[in-house]
Amino acid sequence: MVSGRLLSDSAKSCAEAADVRRILTDGGAGPEGLAAHLERHGALASNRSSSAWRVAMVRETERAGLLGRGGAAFPTGEKMRAVLSETRQPVVIGNATEGEPASMKDRVLLAQAPHLVLDGATIAADIVMACEVIMVVHRDVRPMFDYAVDERLQMGVDRVPIRVVTASERFVAGEASAAVNWVDRGRPVPLGKPPRMSERGVGGRPTLVQNVETLAHLALLCRHGSRWYRQIGTPEEPGSMLVTLIGSVARPGVHEVAIGTPVSDILALGGGLSAPLQALLVGGYFGSWLPSDTTIALPFSALGLGVGLGAGLIVAFPAGACGVTESARLARYLASQSAGQCGPCKFGLPAIAQELEALAEGRPARMADLHRWLAEIDGRGACSHPDGVARQIVSALEVFHDEVVQHEEGWCTASGKDFVLPLPTGKSR
Amino acid sequence: MYGLREGLRTSTPNREVSMSNPVRLRVDRIACDGRGLCAELLPELVKLDDWGYPIIAECIVPASLEELARDTVDICPKLALWLEKMNAELTIDR
Amino acid sequence: MSGVAATSSHLPWMWLVSRGSGLVLLLLFTAVFVLGISTRLGSSSKSMPRFAVAELHRTLALFAVAMLILHVATAILDPYVSIGWWATILPFTSHYRPLALGLGTLAVDLGAAVLLTSLARRRLGHRLWRVVHWLAYLAWPLAFMHSVSAGGDMGIWWVAALVWGSAGAVAVAVGARVLAAVRGDGVSRRSIPAPPAQRCLGTARIGGG
Repeated sequence: MVSGRLLSDSAKSCAEAADVRRILTDGGAGPEGLAAHLERHGALASNRSSSAWRVAMVRETERAGLLGRGGAAFPTGEKMRAVLSETRQPVVIGNATEGEPASMKDRVLLAQAPHLVLDGATIAADIVMACEVIMVVHRDVRPMFDYAVDERLQMGVDRVPIRVVTASERFVAGEASAAVNWVDRGRPVPLGKPPRMSERGVGGRPTLVQNVETLAHLALLCRHGSRWYRQIGTPEEPGSMLVTLIGSVARPGVHEVAIGTPVSDILALGGGLSAPLQALLVGGYFGSWLPSDTTIALPFSALGLGVGLGAGLIVAFPAGACGVTESARLARYLASQSAGQCGPCKFGLPAIAQELEALAEGRPARMADLHRWLAEIDGRGACSHPDGVARQIVSALEVFHDEVVQHEEGWCTASGKDFVLPLPTGKSR
Repeated sequence: MYGLREGLRTSTPNREVSMSNPVRLRVDRIACDGRGLCAELLPELVKLDDWGYPIIAECIVPASLEELARDTVDICPKLALWLEKMNAELTIDR
Repeated sequence: MSGVAATSSHLPWMWLVSRGSGLVLLLLFTAVFVLGISTRLGSSSKSMPRFAVAELHRTLALFAVAMLILHVATAILDPYVSIGWWATILPFTSHYRPLALGLGTLAVDLGAAVLLTSLARRRLGHRLWRVVHWLAYLAWPLAFMHSVSAGGDMGIWWVAALVWGSAGAVAVAVGARVLAAVRGDGVSRRSIPAPPAQRCLGTARIGGG
């Protein structure tokens, strides 16, 4: 348990140092227009059609060690190579679906720096020689994003046509093949077995699917090079990333931090804790719960924490809340968000949610079956949805072990009345 | 059950068993309907979960079971099984 | 056959083989049909697991093809009636009793489509295979009507019993299949029932704290 009084003046200055501004702007005046964007970052190199440039860009991306920011952290350079090795002309998808309800980073990025993202998309299109860019964009930021695309169209900035599509709001819709399926057939569910999107995606063409934050980093990488990119972050995980910070912090919001920044500094960026900390949920609703006392001193990196950073979410989980109840709420939500295409997910997730709810409500729960089902659903869906659910719940049962024991005997030690984790109400499309 | 399996093997056309290509049994989770024929025919590699869906061993198919694995792939009513060559790369998309 | 003279030294053996093989063929086709539905619906048992049912369905189908060749060849080659080889594939073009034989020809055409798509199943994909396979539901009644009208042995009590018995078996199988389709899923599954999607999680404290 960590007290909010941890934040002292020295810690505050650490917080200022942790505040990085590569892709995010100051945020104040709304989206950065094209002129302001060009003033801040400078123009892009005009010679982007030669094969020498393409080869150099792929090398720079690999040297920089740029990893995807959509949740799977896949090396961007490797994906580009895979697309380039295909013969048909490819398509680029910029993915800002943000199906994870607690994550805000993609929307904030688009609301602040749409042109940086579009630069990245156009650069990616030039690298892989794509015939089209399709931006799949969350409903909330669509109108303002359309404006930015129009601005560029009028100035003739991009050589490849850019099409904007409103994303589906389902949880699994952000997965790469689900985004392709949505664009192609209007079905926001993952596609399953091979071929991979880099081989055959939209309209049967090789498709490079990149999260919009990755594209923003790519846009800066093109201007400043891999050496600059690696100046911050850690040697294994260089660069900066966007973090959505919610829960019991004074100012929940999205921040840009160097990877490897201590978790306590990130919490300080959010104005410090508003309540004593019980645990942290890292990565997303498909991520991992971590114990607060050991975690806040650790660097925010996959190696540092021993878990994936996922979509860059940190939930500060306060002492008064019930981890078992929240995990059960998440389990029920995630079960409802299953695409329903694969038996283990379609039947296993509701069964798991049912047992967790029983545990949360102090009724008899089949814990042995619960643990067995959690082990069994891992890796047995067409996408990583069941894997994420298993990971999150297994880590919750570990971190909140004492609370689980209490619940098994019919007690709950929580005192708060409100739920911590935001979940959408009603049906999503 | 084993008698039936031997009978099955002699009744299907003679296929060459290639020992040189290591393969893994894979299932298309979306096509799979939990019919369970695979677990009956190849219980050494396939078990069923509480809802009748296959849990397939991750290992390479042993040479002694390779022909039976091919029969299993053939018998699936949904064409959901296939034998994957082990030098194929797996990448994650997001 | 009232129109055929059986001389003392010469039995119309081709005609007899054709009729006999026709009856066996109907029984085989019935078995294949019922086994096909059993593969889909039947629950598994140690002595007859589903894969065995599936394999038997396929094996008998191939055996039926052999019986079909015998049945058709002897009918065409038989000197006492003129059918014409083209009537084996084009329905209702036979010289002799075009309607009755045409039903058989139609059944064979549909059966051939089912068989060929099954052999090429992996290449064609599951969807196409499934749609063509449904033609079996049409092929069997056609074969049945052909048997009753062209067979000519329905006067013999045990032949009639076998033919109508086959119809009964197919009717039961089809009924079971339709019932399963209406009920949602025919495959027996040890399922833990999933509760309704939206559940309110109580916030009342259950003790201490």
